[in-house]
Amino acid sequence: MKYALRRVAMLFLTMLLVSLFTFAAFELISGDTATAMLGTEATPERLEALRTELGLDRPMPVRYGEWLAGFFTGNLGVSTSYHQPVGELIAPKMRVTLCLSLLTFLLIIAVSIPLGLWSAGRAGGALDGLGTAFNQLCMAVPPFFTGILLSWGFGIVLRWFVPGEFPDPAVDFTGAVRYLFFAAVALAIPRIAMTVRMLRSTIQAEMRKDYVRTAISRGNDRAAVLRRHVLKNALPPVVTFLAQTLAEIVAGSIVVEQVFAIPGLGRILVASISNRDYPTVQAIVVILAFWVVLAGMAADLIGQRIDPRLRLGGGE
Amino acid sequence: MKRKLLEVLLLLGLLCAVLCGCGDGSPEKTTEDGQTSGSSNSDAAAAADGRENAITVGIAQDLDDSLDPHKVVAAGTKEVMFNVFEGLVKPSPEGDLLPAVASEFSLSEDQTTYTFTLREGVRFHNGEPVTVDDVIWSIQRCAAATEAGVFQEEAFSVIQKLEAPDEKTVVITIQEPNSEFLSHLTVAVLPKDYTGQDAAPVGTGPFRFVSRAAQDHIVLEKFQDYWGEPAYLDKVTFKIIENADSIMMSLQSGAIDLFSHLTSTQVAQLGDEFYIEEGTMNLVQAMYLNNAEKPFDDVRVRQALCYAVDKQGIIDLAFDGYGSPIGSSMYPAFSKYFDESLTNYYTRDIEKAKALLADAGYPDGFSMTITVPSNYQPHIDTAQVIVEQLKEIGVNAEIQLVEWGSWVEDTYNGRKFQATVVGVDASTMTARALLERFVSDYRKNFINYNSPAYDELFQRVLASGSDEEQTALYKEMEAELTKNAANVYIQDLADLVAVRKGLEGVRFYPIYVLDLSTVRYSA
Repeated sequence: MKYALRRVAMLFLTMLLVSLFTFAAFELISGDTATAMLGTEATPERLEALRTELGLDRPMPVRYGEWLAGFFTGNLGVSTSYHQPVGELIAPKMRVTLCLSLLTFLLIIAVSIPLGLWSAGRAGGALDGLGTAFNQLCMAVPPFFTGILLSWGFGIVLRWFVPGEFPDPAVDFTGAVRYLFFAAVALAIPRIAMTVRMLRSTIQAEMRKDYVRTAISRGNDRAAVLRRHVLKNALPPVVTFLAQTLAEIVAGSIVVEQVFAIPGLGRILVASISNRDYPTVQAIVVILAFWVVLAGMAADLIGQRIDPRLRLGGGE
Repeated sequence: MKRKLLEVLLLLGLLCAVLCGCGDGSPEKTTEDGQTSGSSNSDAAAAADGRENAITVGIAQDLDDSLDPHKVVAAGTKEVMFNVFEGLVKPSPEGDLLPAVASEFSLSEDQTTYTFTLREGVRFHNGEPVTVDDVIWSIQRCAAATEAGVFQEEAFSVIQKLEAPDEKTVVITIQEPNSEFLSHLTVAVLPKDYTGQDAAPVGTGPFRFVSRAAQDHIVLEKFQDYWGEPAYLDKVTFKIIENADSIMMSLQSGAIDLFSHLTSTQVAQLGDEFYIEEGTMNLVQAMYLNNAEKPFDDVRVRQALCYAVDKQGIIDLAFDGYGSPIGSSMYPAFSKYFDESLTNYYTRDIEKAKALLADAGYPDGFSMTITVPSNYQPHIDTAQVIVEQLKEIGVNAEIQLVEWGSWVEDTYNGRKFQATVVGVDASTMTARALLERFVSDYRKNFINYNSPAYDELFQRVLASGSDEEQTALYKEMEAELTKNAANVYIQDLADLVAVRKGLEGVRFYPIYVLDLSTVRYSA
């Protein structure tokens, strides 16, 4: 129980710190909400009036405290640029980004694990060099570039989807998923390559160990040993890596959303930062922090299921 | 055991997060749309059926400020909302003022009293008829600007009396004759008792606002009860696409039918499905110089820079020849005020530039920083060419890219800069909107221009009652700016609009707007 409490406390502490840092960063960069709203039409008096109306004239700790109180009571504030409650504003975007992330993640798992096992099994073969080179290439290609290629190939030439016409998921859910699939592929490719390489090297390291040699020399089938014994030992680092990936996908989706013109969290985050729309930025940043910490926790727990030695002291 | 429980809970939580993120297709959660009406859900259907009387217009930036026309700042927002709002009068493509909410108006003998007759049967988009109270309230709102965020219309400070003798007439009395006063009455007429303008605006224009989704789209529909020539299209969806590559993809894929402000490179990539309409952006693009900062406080240095920069070279190199060179703070679309002889006042002359620099005490040139907002590629491209051109006179310029917010705060409002490449536009169709900026004590004089002769000319403009005399004085002011090399003037950028073949009726205005009421499918 102590363990559980500690993890939950960590989660809250992380979110708290992240929100505080974001708030502080907004104090440091030049320009505030009022200057962003008034732009080139700003006069000192008008700025003053707007700051008073928005409550920006009060000291930062007071405003942070207020935001925090609002957050815990479910009131995320009103976006200063869209004049719409933040929750209402970002909920549809969050759905889109989560959907994209999930799709990407499923794609990574579905492709990289079989591929990793397969390539580890035939290491040193004639095609192995070529495969490694291709893998290297996939790792190096940035998702925005793959995104442009995919849009062009599948969108303009093959017409499998219409780039720039993302269907509203609430109206046409399958259409939205089909559109997101291509973005997911762009996002997944470098990470698939990384996962394959990692899985391959951990399996190979494991295959050289004594217990494997013993098992094989006792007449076990090589493939069965790989599946039954080696995989279990090779998996924990890969699981940790995949969990990190889950967090990174969300960050990577910001770029891919731009390329595919997908209205997700990334685009609104970037726009809100330049508009100094801090209620929106705060909400999104905290959600992302929550997501990252959650992914880390999930990785720890799954790792511990697989390998009991990883369990931290202080449990039972 | 307890840990196992936590494990299960966490995984469940994760699953829930993912599922509600993805699986939620239930209609009651579609909060993006349907603020003003439920009919906007036909969005996807409309896109699927290309033959519907609707188009999708791409725009490169979101309308992410208030949609209230009395509060809006961003040029991009005004450009779109031009279709939704009207004033007593509205601008025409030729630069004239046409009666809009007012059907006619007259000016008294002494030129101080304007009498407007409200047009019969003008309605707001919410169905309410426009009354004289709405008109008076709208003008007063901008004159007083007591509401936070509402911009004070400085031109309205001359209003002495604003009254409605009967239900159809509005009489405005101003202190003294002012030929520009009328152009400010393009200010939007809004319903007095409506408070939702920020997010769900209501006006009298040919299109009504239906819905928007942040960073995604804005939907306008034809206003059925429009008083004038109705719009041809039933529906216009503005799709926000910021990324240059996805703009091209969206045009080629058929997702977008019309896109303004394209670059010459993008235009060259377009396929056969589009034709290009070329207009002007109506901006004064220049390398603006901080006249209070050394070494730009010396007129000889500024002139040297003007002699060193080759406008046509910039237009040819960075814009494939699209663009109109200018020589002062006035663009060609304002034909009444534009003085073409100023355009080539400085022709490229390296020797002369070097001599001027030597004269000013910089025989070996100097180093300078050009600040450029990072979100405007044309200005960045221009600055890059300028850097190369200035090298020839020994001036070592360095480009500093800053985010737009910082540019506004530090460069524009703070006036902490040496040189900056941007485009300045006119908020109303008056020469004053472009030229008052350089009066020494004017708050928008961000280049710290300080010329008593210029200030005096402007005072004479204000005092003059005759349009002819004012025009002549404005031209003198322009010449003054050119001779003093207030800034290194470059061009009015070309506005390249890609239009899908089969569509017609794009019109250009001398101000930054995109009028969709005349756009239609060719018969």
